[in-house]
Amino acid sequence: MTQAPTAPAAPVAAVRIRRSTRTSRWALGPTAIILIVLGYLPYGTGQGTTSMLVDFFILLTLGVTWNMLAGYAGLVSVGQQAYIGIGAYGVLWLAQHGVEPFLALPIAAVACAVLAVPISFLVFRLRGGYFAIGTWVVAEVLALFTIRDSALGGGTGTNVPGLGGFDPVVLGAYTYWAALAVAVISLVGSYFLLRTRVGLALTAVRDDETAARNVGVRVSRAKRIVYLAAAVGAGGAGALLAISQLNVEPHNVYGVQWSAYMIFVVLIGGIGTLEGPILGTIVFFVLQRTLASEGAWYLIIVGSVAVVMAVWVRKGLWGIAERFGLRLFPTGYHVTDTTR
Amino acid sequence: MNWINAIAQGLLLGGLYALFACGLSLLFGVVGIINLAHGDLAVLGGYVAVAILPSVHTNALWALLFVPPIFGAFGYVSQRTLLQRSLENGPLTTLLVTFGLSVVLQNALLEGFSADSHSLSIGKLATQALRINSQLSISYLRFGILVVAVVVLAGVQLLLARTSVGRQIRAVADDNEAAAISGVNTRHIAGIATGIAFVTVAIAGLANGMYSQFTPTSGSSLLLFAFEAVIIGGLGSLWGTLAGGCVLGLAGTIGAQIDSTMGTLIPHLVFLAVLAVRPSGFFPARAPA
Repeated sequence: MTQAPTAPAAPVAAVRIRRSTRTSRWALGPTAIILIVLGYLPYGTGQGTTSMLVDFFILLTLGVTWNMLAGYAGLVSVGQQAYIGIGAYGVLWLAQHGVEPFLALPIAAVACAVLAVPISFLVFRLRGGYFAIGTWVVAEVLALFTIRDSALGGGTGTNVPGLGGFDPVVLGAYTYWAALAVAVISLVGSYFLLRTRVGLALTAVRDDETAARNVGVRVSRAKRIVYLAAAVGAGGAGALLAISQLNVEPHNVYGVQWSAYMIFVVLIGGIGTLEGPILGTIVFFVLQRTLASEGAWYLIIVGSVAVVMAVWVRKGLWGIAERFGLRLFPTGYHVTDTTR
Repeated sequence: MNWINAIAQGLLLGGLYALFACGLSLLFGVVGIINLAHGDLAVLGGYVAVAILPSVHTNALWALLFVPPIFGAFGYVSQRTLLQRSLENGPLTTLLVTFGLSVVLQNALLEGFSADSHSLSIGKLATQALRINSQLSISYLRFGILVVAVVVLAGVQLLLARTSVGRQIRAVADDNEAAAISGVNTRHIAGIATGIAFVTVAIAGLANGMYSQFTPTSGSSLLLFAFEAVIIGGLGSLWGTLAGGCVLGLAGTIGAQIDSTMGTLIPHLVFLAVLAVRPSGFFPARAPA
């Protein structure tokens, strides 16, 4: 829209550059309707549905932001639980100091971005798989530091104060809207971030990093921006977790299982697309609900499915849909020759 | 525990870390796979011993005879099937695949052996120690593990440097395509390298099982320590890895000496400090693996 690149040699009038597709324009209407319905939901359904959807939105936020990291910036992090933990404990700490938990949510998410700046300089020294394990170490260190603070509940965790004054129904509705807002912001945010120069830079890096550097793409800067944005998303998800569960438990919020969930959501749905994680979250969520009674079997099954997808169905379920020309949130440029 | 004892125990513990790190380093250096399931594979080795040992012998040392060969074959097969396929999809895919495998392995072990901790019994040897003076005594088991680590590292080094297979492995690590043009069956060689890496993982897993208790989820911390040993020592240097393992072991026992809750935190902090100050590690080598 704003920054259509200057067409190099061809006459400008001869090509038309579009950023949307027919399906993406068509999808706007239904998307708006879905959002309105979702926003109205607490008035129409019971607590069971909305609290289930809170879990769904947390998972969606994590999937969308992890996909931005791995699918677009090539940063496979296994340590996003660091920011889930900081987000959750941020809400706890702020609430203990008299801040309304719902106000503490955005503050904790932003705090994650601030913390992510020094961490990024450390872990960006590692490449590829070593980056993955390095982020995991950082998460472990933060967890070990957190449990040393007895005011935050030490190794067992503690309740989030400031939520007891709410009527349970009102609290449920507020939590639901907060979760909806976090999920929508992370979706819309990553959509627009990937359409800016940052997204363009990442596409160039994905195609050929050396060439991208040579033409002056600021690779590290683009990656760092995405890393910070993903930290905000994970922090928001962690803050939601603290509010929805009413307490913070270190082994839960800092658990590496969150990374497993994010990765499975993205692999099943389709890495490197915005639609993929949405579809992946739906599939993962349904699997989680139906297999919950099977204990460990559910992660064995979901993990195996993800491995199979990674090796044999690289673009995930959404990749299959894309073969039919379906694109709801296009981030690239579509150039058509109008002279013909 | 006094300080001298803490230092001695830390250095001995370094042998175990180095043993873990050896396979990780080898697999990345030669095949290009960062194996996020490394720790879980080691734990799996312990459980294979737990499952098979009762029908063999009561002493877990016997497991050293059959678990490593099983793992060697397992490594070769998994490289030729799943890992090779995922490598062709790019390095990120192998990360995701091995992470997925790690989750599957952990939960399969949970399903099969419950969350209870197990250990491998080696009889009286576990408690015997060489008493040097009233404050310092060196457990035969721990010393044995350090010796095994040195033997394994030296063995891998010799294999890579002196044998025909080792030459081919180094060729594949240096330039896969050039090796293929010169007539090396690169996939077979990658399979063999993975097999060797898996053998060392199995030995490390058994040593860990004799040294301490393990549960289906203890693989994660093993992976982190192995990785930290590799980075502190310097990528691509097996002896550097041993030094890195000893640094971690020392950091752990000295940390625990200061405050019993610092035993895991201090090694991680030492690693982050090394990463900040000297990201290439202390003994980076140009030789492969």
